[in-house]
Amino acid sequence: MGGLTVATRYLSGLELAHRISQRLPEAVVDANPEWVEVRPEALTEVCRLLREDEETDFHFLSCLTAVDRLDHFEVVYHLQSLRRNQLGVLKVKVWDREEPEVPSVTSIWPGAELQEREAYDLMGIRFRGHPDLRRLFLWEGFPGHPLRKDWLGMPGQRMPGLQRFPGEPGEPDTGRG
Amino acid sequence: MSPFLAEWWDLRDLGNLVGAILDWIGDRGAPSWVPYVLSGIIGIAAVLLWALLSQLAFIWIERRVLGRMQVRLGPNRVGPWGLLQPLADALKVLAKEMVTPSNADRILYWLAPVAVVVPAILVLAVFPFSPGMVVADLNVGVLYIVAVTSTATIAVFMAGWASSNKYSLLGAMRTVAMLISYEVVQVLALLSATAFTGSMRLLDVVAWQDRYNAWLLFLQPLALLSFIIASAVEVNRTPSDIAEAESEIVAGYHTEYGGIRWGMFQLAEYVAGFAVAATITTLWLGGWTLWGLEEWVPGWLIFLAKLYGTFFLFIWLRGTLPRVRIDQLMGFAWKFLLPLMLLNVLLVGAERVVWAETEAPAGVVLPAFAVLNLALTVAMIVGWGALAGGLRPQMRPKRPLLVREVGGIYYQPMP
Amino acid sequence: MAMRTEPFVVNVGPQHPSTHGVFRLRLTLDGERIVECQMVMGYLHRSMEKLAEERSYTQNIPFTDRTDYLAAMTGNLAYCLAVEKLASVPVPPRAQWIRTIMAELQRIASHCMAIGTFVNDCGAWHTPLLYMMREREKVLDLFELACGARLTTNYMRIGGVSRDLPPEFLPRLRDFVREMPQRIAEYEDLLVENEILIARSRGIGVLPADKAIAYSVSGPMLRGSGVAWDLRKADPYAAYDQVEFDIPVGTNGDCYDRFMVRLAEMRQSVRILEQALDMIPSGPYQTPVPLALQPPPGEAYGRIESPRGELGFYVVSDGGPAPFRFHIRSPSLINLTPLPELVKGMTVADAIVILGSVDIVVGEVDR
Repeated sequence: MGGLTVATRYLSGLELAHRISQRLPEAVVDANPEWVEVRPEALTEVCRLLREDEETDFHFLSCLTAVDRLDHFEVVYHLQSLRRNQLGVLKVKVWDREEPEVPSVTSIWPGAELQEREAYDLMGIRFRGHPDLRRLFLWEGFPGHPLRKDWLGMPGQRMPGLQRFPGEPGEPDTGRG
Repeated sequence: MSPFLAEWWDLRDLGNLVGAILDWIGDRGAPSWVPYVLSGIIGIAAVLLWALLSQLAFIWIERRVLGRMQVRLGPNRVGPWGLLQPLADALKVLAKEMVTPSNADRILYWLAPVAVVVPAILVLAVFPFSPGMVVADLNVGVLYIVAVTSTATIAVFMAGWASSNKYSLLGAMRTVAMLISYEVVQVLALLSATAFTGSMRLLDVVAWQDRYNAWLLFLQPLALLSFIIASAVEVNRTPSDIAEAESEIVAGYHTEYGGIRWGMFQLAEYVAGFAVAATITTLWLGGWTLWGLEEWVPGWLIFLAKLYGTFFLFIWLRGTLPRVRIDQLMGFAWKFLLPLMLLNVLLVGAERVVWAETEAPAGVVLPAFAVLNLALTVAMIVGWGALAGGLRPQMRPKRPLLVREVGGIYYQPMP
Repeated sequence: MAMRTEPFVVNVGPQHPSTHGVFRLRLTLDGERIVECQMVMGYLHRSMEKLAEERSYTQNIPFTDRTDYLAAMTGNLAYCLAVEKLASVPVPPRAQWIRTIMAELQRIASHCMAIGTFVNDCGAWHTPLLYMMREREKVLDLFELACGARLTTNYMRIGGVSRDLPPEFLPRLRDFVREMPQRIAEYEDLLVENEILIARSRGIGVLPADKAIAYSVSGPMLRGSGVAWDLRKADPYAAYDQVEFDIPVGTNGDCYDRFMVRLAEMRQSVRILEQALDMIPSGPYQTPVPLALQPPPGEAYGRIESPRGELGFYVVSDGGPAPFRFHIRSPSLINLTPLPELVKGMTVADAIVILGSVDIVVGEVDR
């Protein structure tokens, strides 16, 4: 049989909300057992608090994701403490669909750098304070942000790449998108 | 001195055959310069033919041997056991299009492959395959070798510069730095051998080894080791094929060369490898002598066998060792090999003086020197290594810790 | 007139024998030293996350093979864990053990490749790489026996594995486990004390522990920097809470330590396999799950310790047959974050060695 193994404690969002509200009363918008949602403007302070606080001790950013919820965008942070072996989920909601903007957490967790660039590239969410916010996978000038739910294809219904095999008869290929 | 008969069928000295042909021509009434010129041409043609055929053979041998060292088969599709692989390679190289970069410096770009091959082939002129079989019996043979091989350096830089490619330039600069550093070591190693035997003429060196029945391998092991290392570097073979480090800068100074031009670079590398192996064979391994066996077996066969054995050592090194970084390689040359070689030259001088002064018989002195030199070699390598080139304590290999629980941090910054 | 030098820009990749896939490093060099490094990726971007939103949960399993194509079993496992959390699907014990066995075999195969290509980057002309390919072939043969595919295995299903182990699998696994320790000893003989390898990788690319945590680095790179963190112990999944094994942890955070950690992990994997061979129970190998699984609305983050680090799948469901959001937390991408900083001031040769020690798979970086 194995030795003593501990499993990661998944901190409840309510507990996190309680800890955050003790220091930053206006930051928390919503909380449930799975996650805690905070205001975008308070994000940097909340993250700094969660990192420095000994109870939560979230020094490790496990994952940064952006989700398109049709009427708003969500940025989800999975935070991990290595010493205390616990995980917490933090969310931020942005209701502006044209120019969504969220403060960057790269000053707190430098590991967010590439993940925020990816979120900008694929979802279009800008991160205020990011040292080098450029597209990561797609080229500069790519029309739109593909992972959004309302992005259904390239303009003019074209797919990027060749339209037909070279040598196949038809209209001349107008090239890449 | 020569134990050979002067008959034309005495294969132990192929010069007899050539001499018989030339006598026949001379008897026909040709002017006296004709046999002279013809003997030169035949000698040159023979050496060139040998070099090219050896290179073809060794392309196959190297790839099969490397393959077996790497637990795989090596080429075995083209012909039985892949024996026609060199032919296929040669045909491919000849048939490829030679693309010239548009920004390339035309004259230098064209000249560089030529300038690399010519010194490699020129060097082969002085090696004695057998007492009567030398193309050019110079009495400064060793100096000639050193001088000619060092001209290849400028050719390498020409190639890198003329390609107008940053990778090539990087490769060329690294190569030039490397070649210059290791030339010094090479020259000092050759100096040790020459000073010990007292002559720069290669025939004399072999004769010395024959007379005392002592190969310089036993008397000058440190010089031999250094020469092997320095030559591996000079010929751009792993562990120091930085010039063409495939996993780093694609192909270094010959990235932009295609077709037969690239073939020229490969030819130069192989022929230079043979030249270096021939130098080692002549100076340290006794040339064509094998303690009397040359009475029956042709001397040139023995010479070639030793040469190929030395070249096999280079192939072996290639299959085994990783590549050294350029600054580590140069540090090794200047800080480790050079002081050792200087000490060695000092030692050689001292031993010669002792031998001359005491006038002891060679049968006593030489074994004593052999044992002494071997002991000093080991001492110098270990001692100087510990002093100057050894791994600092914090660089010693360390096993990772095996931990049961998560969450701890075991990081220790290196001093 | 004073002589001045000009920094010039060199592109390493995207076509290059050493960038482990199509991945580009734009290096600004001053002489031989690197002044600045920019990573350009996206050459293998296949929009997997968007494609997955149109396919059912089971149809997305082959995608997970192809993200990290050198560790397909672990990719499958992470995704199935996430969906099982989302849909609350229990997994029978035999399936847990089969998953453990497959994950550890995959770890051995992936580390063989990682160490082999790392030593190849250091310049040893393929010799250690080909020795390790021998062992990897044996593992791939075992995979072929179990599920029919060597590389993109598509073996795990939501609720278990797709088919049971054939009867000759366990005896062959026993043979493999018996001879593997002496092979690892052979590699250690060849490589650990090799002075040239030490000179090439010791003290190169040092990543201190606090920086490693700040950069969200995981896997052997984090453990090489001295942080004892392994999800198999911290957040056990499959049958890892019932086996005994150790976590190798380096102390200096350089390339040599990461390489040693990977080599030691292979030994630990063999240890786990030995225990699994004795403890695997019989029973069902899959919980039946409808083909068009419709989990209740919600979200789940399922993560495992893949050979490269923490591989996580963030799956959001809206009650429909396809995932609403399918995000892959790819360890290779996040382990690349400190690369520009590690590479500053090094030579090009060192940059290649550092990149080799990060052990990326571009399929995972770009998805």
